[in-house]
Amino acid sequence: MRTIDQTTGEILDLAAAHFKVPREQLSAGDDFYRKLKIDSLQALELLTRLENHFGVELPDYEVQGVSDFRTLADRIQARL
Amino acid sequence: MSDFNGKTLSWKLSGGIVEVDLHYAPCNEIGTAMLEELERLVRALPELESQASALILYSSRKEGFSAGGDLRELYRLSLATESQARADGMRAFVHRVHQAMNALDSSPLITIAAVHGICFGGGFELALTCDIIVADKMARFAFPELRLGIIPGFGGIPRLRRDVGNAVVRDLLLTGRSINAVKAQTIGLVSQVAAEGEALRLARATAAQVLKYDRHTSGVAKGFAKPIPLEELRRETEIFCELFARPQVMEALKTFVESTDAHPYLP
Repeated sequence: MRTIDQTTGEILDLAAAHFKVPREQLSAGDDFYRKLKIDSLQALELLTRLENHFGVELPDYEVQGVSDFRTLADRIQARL
Repeated sequence: MSDFNGKTLSWKLSGGIVEVDLHYAPCNEIGTAMLEELERLVRALPELESQASALILYSSRKEGFSAGGDLRELYRLSLATESQARADGMRAFVHRVHQAMNALDSSPLITIAAVHGICFGGGFELALTCDIIVADKMARFAFPELRLGIIPGFGGIPRLRRDVGNAVVRDLLLTGRSINAVKAQTIGLVSQVAAEGEALRLARATAAQVLKYDRHTSGVAKGFAKPIPLEELRRETEIFCELFARPQVMEALKTFVESTDAHPYLP
């Protein structure tokens, strides 16, 4: 079982790699829309990548209104 | 017409397979332009059916298979008419969509949707006319219509109910949430999940397999295994048109079209 810190770290790793942002520039409290410069379509893409990576199903209404990595990690952790 | 290059879609026939490429920016929204060319495809089907055994429907738009109905066009056209004419116009449009989709659904060609990215609303309904859906692992399927105060109007509910359990239909319809390709395969909607960017390749391999069998037998088998739920489609149209006539729908469309919300693809 992953810890919340591990889950958060994996999200940040995945986001940095896919959206080509230096990993050291991302932290848990960041607004991922702003930091990754993504729109809603790309946010859905991120959601899909996270679902595939963690092997969970994350309904998009659960992430509506969520814009920071830490809360996103909480939502995922609740389904691991 | 073996090949066609249109504004919203193109098709080509090669080696017994028709490949239909949806390429209307931004993401294959289904409005009058797309419908006219889908109707053109339907008119070409008898000739294509005499030379082919399979048809692949795919999108070359990077955003996905299709974002669904063209809501901006719908709102613009609706603004220009008073409410009764608006309702009549919508009924006529939906009738044309159903005719085109029923023709694709019942074609003796074995039809395969190769889906990537977003496959929402009317786009999902178009994919559901196909016999087999292959999706890449980044695909997402959703019926977001309830947020506009309507239900899917292009045959989505009866066709989805034909393929999967009613509990799944209710979940997708009533929450408007999107599901990924793996979930879609688990519920029986998607037959194969491809690696990212590989859905068309898998669809072509599937079409090549289909080509091995006697066309007449395949067509008969398809007709037996995939009856068109005509009565449910008729009822869906009635419910859709009744809901569409309500003033709340115009308000919701206005909100959608004028929205600067950063999350238009989230329910």
